[in-house]
Amino acid sequence: MSEEQKHPEQNERVGVYICHCGTNIANVVDVEDVAEWAGKQPNVEIAREYKFMCSSLGQDLIEEDIREKGLTRVVVSSCSPHMHEKTFRTACERGGLNPFLFEMANIREHDSWITNDKVAATQKAKALTNAAIERVVHHQPLEQLPVEINPNTLVVGGGIAGITAALELANGGHHVYLVEREPSIGGHMAQLDKTFPTLDCSACILTPKMVDAGQHPNITLLTWSEVEKVDGYIGNFTVSVRKKARYINEDHCTGCGICIEKCPFKVIDDVFEVGMGERKVVYRPFPQAVPKFPVIDKENCVYFQRGKCKACQIFCPTEPNSIDFEQEDEILSISVGNIILATGFQLFDTAKIPQYGYGRLPNVFTSLEFERMVNASGPTDGKIVLRDKQTEPKTVAIIHCVGSRDENYHKYCSKICCMYSLKFAHLVHERIPDADVYNCYIDMRTPGKGYEEFYHRLLEEGTHFIRGKVAEVTNAARIPEEKGKLIVQVEDTLIGRQRRIPVDMVLLSPAMEAQPDSKEISQLFKMGCDFDGFFTERHPKLDPVATMTEGIFIAGACQGPKDVPDSVAQGAAASARVAGLINIGTVMMEPVRASINQDDCSGCRICNNMCPYNAIIFHEDRHVSEVITALCQGCGTCVAACPSGIISGAHFTNIQLLSQIEGILWDVRPAKEKVPA
Amino acid sequence: MTENGKPKLAMYWAASCGGCEISVLNIHEHILTVDEIFDIAFFPCIADFKVHHVESYPDGYIDVCLWNGAIRNSEGEHMAHLLRQKSKVMVAYGSCAYEGCIPALSNLTSKEATFNTVYIDNPTIDNPEGIIPLTSVNVPEGELTLPEFYHTVKSLDQVIDVDYYLPGCPPEPPQIWAVLQVIVAGLLEGAPLPPKGSVVGVTNVAVCEECKLKKGEKEISRFYRPYEIVPEPDVCLLEQGIVCMGPATNGGCGALCPQVGIGCRGCYGPLPGVEDQGAKMLSAIASVIGAGEVGMEERELEQRIQAVVDTIPDPAGTFYRFSMAHSLLRRAKVNGSNGKGEAK
Repeated sequence: MSEEQKHPEQNERVGVYICHCGTNIANVVDVEDVAEWAGKQPNVEIAREYKFMCSSLGQDLIEEDIREKGLTRVVVSSCSPHMHEKTFRTACERGGLNPFLFEMANIREHDSWITNDKVAATQKAKALTNAAIERVVHHQPLEQLPVEINPNTLVVGGGIAGITAALELANGGHHVYLVEREPSIGGHMAQLDKTFPTLDCSACILTPKMVDAGQHPNITLLTWSEVEKVDGYIGNFTVSVRKKARYINEDHCTGCGICIEKCPFKVIDDVFEVGMGERKVVYRPFPQAVPKFPVIDKENCVYFQRGKCKACQIFCPTEPNSIDFEQEDEILSISVGNIILATGFQLFDTAKIPQYGYGRLPNVFTSLEFERMVNASGPTDGKIVLRDKQTEPKTVAIIHCVGSRDENYHKYCSKICCMYSLKFAHLVHERIPDADVYNCYIDMRTPGKGYEEFYHRLLEEGTHFIRGKVAEVTNAARIPEEKGKLIVQVEDTLIGRQRRIPVDMVLLSPAMEAQPDSKEISQLFKMGCDFDGFFTERHPKLDPVATMTEGIFIAGACQGPKDVPDSVAQGAAASARVAGLINIGTVMMEPVRASINQDDCSGCRICNNMCPYNAIIFHEDRHVSEVITALCQGCGTCVAACPSGIISGAHFTNIQLLSQIEGILWDVRPAKEKVPA
Repeated sequence: MTENGKPKLAMYWAASCGGCEISVLNIHEHILTVDEIFDIAFFPCIADFKVHHVESYPDGYIDVCLWNGAIRNSEGEHMAHLLRQKSKVMVAYGSCAYEGCIPALSNLTSKEATFNTVYIDNPTIDNPEGIIPLTSVNVPEGELTLPEFYHTVKSLDQVIDVDYYLPGCPPEPPQIWAVLQVIVAGLLEGAPLPPKGSVVGVTNVAVCEECKLKKGEKEISRFYRPYEIVPEPDVCLLEQGIVCMGPATNGGCGALCPQVGIGCRGCYGPLPGVEDQGAKMLSAIASVIGAGEVGMEERELEQRIQAVVDTIPDPAGTFYRFSMAHSLLRRAKVNGSNGKGEAK
């Protein structure tokens, strides 16, 4: 290595720009001092500070300096690269500089926003800026790589968000694979009776969409199916989907339902009816299920367990017979360009709060149990009754915030519970006009179009509102009036006293929480989820449906608690993002790719099974390994694994990273020691 | 060069075992050529020279100095500076001079702890008075002095300017001879010398290139110490669970060790562009550990991985056996009492 190659920095002319970000940075960091100091660092040609570097005037500064001062490298110290790396790269390009000869230092999120200590913040801004300067002199010009977008899309989750996303894309002429793990699409919305605040019949507005999705020529519906493996990257994902055996031949089944009728065995339906009702062993979760094909519940099927029965097969009227006990799970391989995750939520398990008595006191119900109860096609035909399925309650207490806004469970507000609790109160008033209804709430949160008005409607309907967190629900009576009742112990904070309210029925309003396997899902799709298990959006305000992984989008309650209109809006937003990519047809990919120097590879083969994208091949004849650039995604796994240090990650080379570290330690590092080449 | 036209050769040792001197003598009949070509100016192992002889030489008098050994005390440091001043070409000869080698493993502990192990707390030591070396002691005959023993062992280039590095513990005869030939050609015939700072006598491709064992994809579910396994012939040792530093080590030795069933120890040092051989190999080892299955509980996976890692009993001594002083680690931070003083 020649002396000049070892120290390319001696030949570079770096422009350094320190952004005030209005007062975001300048209030804490002494930007003038940082700029003046930066101007004295080796290789720095010019250092400036400016109010808003991202403004067009700020970008013009960079362009002019490149042209007039002959800058060969550019550093901007401002916000996160997620915000403006692209902006400044483009500015460099307009000035005639390869966009990868730019480096950004984050002195806002990583510095000014996290401290009020001006001296320390200024010192850190210098360290971060210097790290960028020492790194950027080692940058190499790179060219972006075009990637074609496969126009097919995978939507995971057939709730209202997923259905909306699938329909939007399909209506735009794009093919969609809609994967749902239950036997029918519809999700939680299919279980609800009414939707707040308009009190539309949930099924009436949902089922047309389900039918559309089921019949759409551009939608391949894969229910009773789960995604098992995801390979590839934006534009070119290969997804393995396990299509679980239904034991029903979908080619022949007409959905007549005779098998369901004739099946002699019933089990409790824990899923759709949340334990409130029964279903047959061969079943459709609900009458309007899409697709129409039933599923045989193998665990409970007498034929599968004891080898006898076959009633369904005997009575199946189709020719050939649609019942297929020999059916096996199928693994389908699907190629798609983009993926929308709409995997939904589950409800907090109310049994985790024993003082509320769920599971111990029969007449304590969860919200979904009540939804099924009030549903005309539900297990009680829409009658509000106690667990004995006969007695009509005369007093009902509804407890808000069960498992949410609670340090012990979920700190977050679950957003929809106030509204559905109000809806429950309304439904009780509607079905049992003389009933007393108590809503025990912490704060009434009804932001949304028509939501506050709905609350006022309930105030007028005579609901008793008690502002206080319920301490316990008990059946231990203290006075004769409490005998045989459930007593709700709650502090009414508005009148400042403890109350014991005897009621016949208690409804718990549990929080929406992430699906129990959301972490595994996030790993499967190689994107992030937060500590609560909700998927992480690319930007909480400006990019709520994209994720940090290109080509993977999120919609609905998998991202956080959401009501129906929000979920629908996100489903549509995600599909708009995907449609945009499909229409462009190609995207430019970061040229951050690994490569193996063929002369220096010893063929040890350590990297050979490292690559998650199968981009590494081994040449048996020459005994060297090679990275196929088109397949490489620049994850860096092989770079780290290569013990010989001869796999290099473009834009993340050893010298770039080590120089950056050296740079950040400028104030503590000893005078340069003599190190060998 | 002196009047007789012969270039002057010196060889000196600091913290080392003496094997490097022997390796020079081990170049077989070529040693006669060396004797023919060079005038020996300083070579305590084979000829009687004193330090005052060196001190009396003019600066740059010695043409080539082969320095072996790490810098561990004040004597080594003094001699390094002296010989640098007197030599035109300074070669860090062997692993100790190049990157610290075995002596530098004591950088994982303190000077006090090292003394304690060597002079006091050791089954083969009989030292009831607990005498440890001092830099100065008065005896009836006068004051006796010893060099100061440092906390930290350094490589030669961390003390003086070095022109070339010749790795190996010790360097292999063909490479020694090849390097000497290049230097001689440079000195006598004016042939171009390699650029300053070069690591010479190496192939700059990992040892695996020279190793004939068959290599496949690697997934290791436990490691073996040499006595625990009879390796299968002809199969890559690393694949069999024997830690072999070959892939992280510069070639040139001919892959002698792995081809007789002993994992490469890594004495030829890192490949070009690698700052830290030990970290690189650790990273590679971590990458090929095969434990557990996809979708396994994280905690169980962690335990399984730990169980595999536990089969490597001395990671620092294994992966940094030769490179501690020159690695990014350099030394461990040692604090507190129990014989471990604040490290310098």
